[in-house]
Amino acid sequence: MAIGLSHYLAVAAILFTLGVFGIFLNRKNVIIIMMSIELMLLAVNINFVAFSVVLHDLAGQVFAMFVLTVAAAEAAIGLAILVVYFRNRGSIEVEDIHMMRG
Amino acid sequence: MILQTIMFYLFAGVAIASGVMVVSAKNPVHSVLFLILAFFNSAGLFVLLGAEFLAMILVIVYVGAVAVLFLFVVMMLDIDFAELRSGFMRYLPIGALIGFILLGELGFVFFHWIIAPSVAGLKAAPLPADMAAMSNTRALGDLLYTRYLFAFQVAGLILLIAMVGAIVLTLRQRVGVRRQRIPEQLARSRAEAITVVKVPLGGGAAETGD
Repeated sequence: MAIGLSHYLAVAAILFTLGVFGIFLNRKNVIIIMMSIELMLLAVNINFVAFSVVLHDLAGQVFAMFVLTVAAAEAAIGLAILVVYFRNRGSIEVEDIHMMRG
Repeated sequence: MILQTIMFYLFAGVAIASGVMVVSAKNPVHSVLFLILAFFNSAGLFVLLGAEFLAMILVIVYVGAVAVLFLFVVMMLDIDFAELRSGFMRYLPIGALIGFILLGELGFVFFHWIIAPSVAGLKAAPLPADMAAMSNTRALGDLLYTRYLFAFQVAGLILLIAMVGAIVLTLRQRVGVRRQRIPEQLARSRAEAITVVKVPLGGGAAETGD
């Protein structure tokens, strides 16, 4: 059985769903939520690359590279915010974060 | 061909299994390590697809930078992770429900699609005809530095802003830290550095000001 586009799309769909699932499952832990977001972005990248290869269009791979760039920037800023938040409050519980308002 | 199939199922299986472990591991350090494993296996999938450059970028940038950043933060923060997991079982049913609905919807989308007949005319950047003679990296570079030059520069700017932002957010000025101040050291003159005390014979040196 030859490996086609559908196989890659199925892997990407499962990884994306795992990312969504992880956000619900670890609702208190910001770090795991950020890792789940990375997992979802990875699934999106697999989709981009699979379609790019099947349709013989390199634009998909270029776009996947930009997705990687933005994901790296997002991870850096998010973790920096997390470190500052932990320094100020001593915990990273999502439910405490509403205390920051005002 | 059979080897490709075997490798695909190997990479896909390990990637999905490590994805499961990322969201369900008890220790966040293990989560990060499984995330790294997922990235490695996705890079394998990219290689199978023929996108070698992105595969290497994934390994170098993601595993080398982002995942290690996660690892640093997880190990640096002193967090009671057992406490953070207390709501785990409570959110399991709703999370599983939403996950299955989403998976079902994605399945419907992915297994019942057709490629539109006009799609060949819509290609933004068709692969060059002499692809066999040209590596994936070369083809991407040709495209990135010509057609997508502006977007490429903007991507670099985003990374610069993220770097500056992360430094500004986490930099803190502590009070009471003694630092070496080289201009002050260089600006010292002999007059303010030493005083010559005339010691009277048999009287000893008197207390000076400081």
